Amino acid sequence: MDLEDQGLIKETVEEHGKENVVVVLGSPDADSAEIYAETVTTGDPTFAGPLAGVSLGLPVYHILEDEVKAQIDPSVYEQQVGMMEMVLDKEAISKSMKKIRGE
Amino acid sequence: MFKGKKVLCIGERDGVPGSAIAECVKTAGGEPVLQLTQCFV
Repeated sequence: MDLEDQGLIKETVEEHGKENVVVVLGSPDADSAEIYAETVTTGDPTFAGPLAGVSLGLPVYHILEDEVKAQIDPSVYEQQVGMMEMVLDKEAISKSMKKIRGE
Repeated sequence: MFKGKKVLCIGERDGVPGSAIAECVKTAGGEPVLQLTQCFV
């Protein structure tokens, strides 16, 4: 993940407190979703950015997961995510997110 | 899941952008506090 963005995430979490923050990803595949999820849970896997060695342990989900979709207004979801839901490998992404959360 | 929570929306240009994630979580009672859209080009 971009080093500048890692800094922004760190600042935002410090401002609001870990216990109040949830992360939702929009990555196009399981591999990139896993890297982002790792960055906001156990820290930057490349050890290059501000989140290197910083274990935020945030709850992390992907926008394509069924349990996330179920929480969102269906017409807004369809408008904002509908097309990508058809194109992306939802099953592989959901599987990797569950693995990261230890489910 | 999102009610009363601050949400970090980390999107990607080739996937779902941060702004689209933010619009969605608002309807679930979450408050988007950061919107990012990663781009690798």
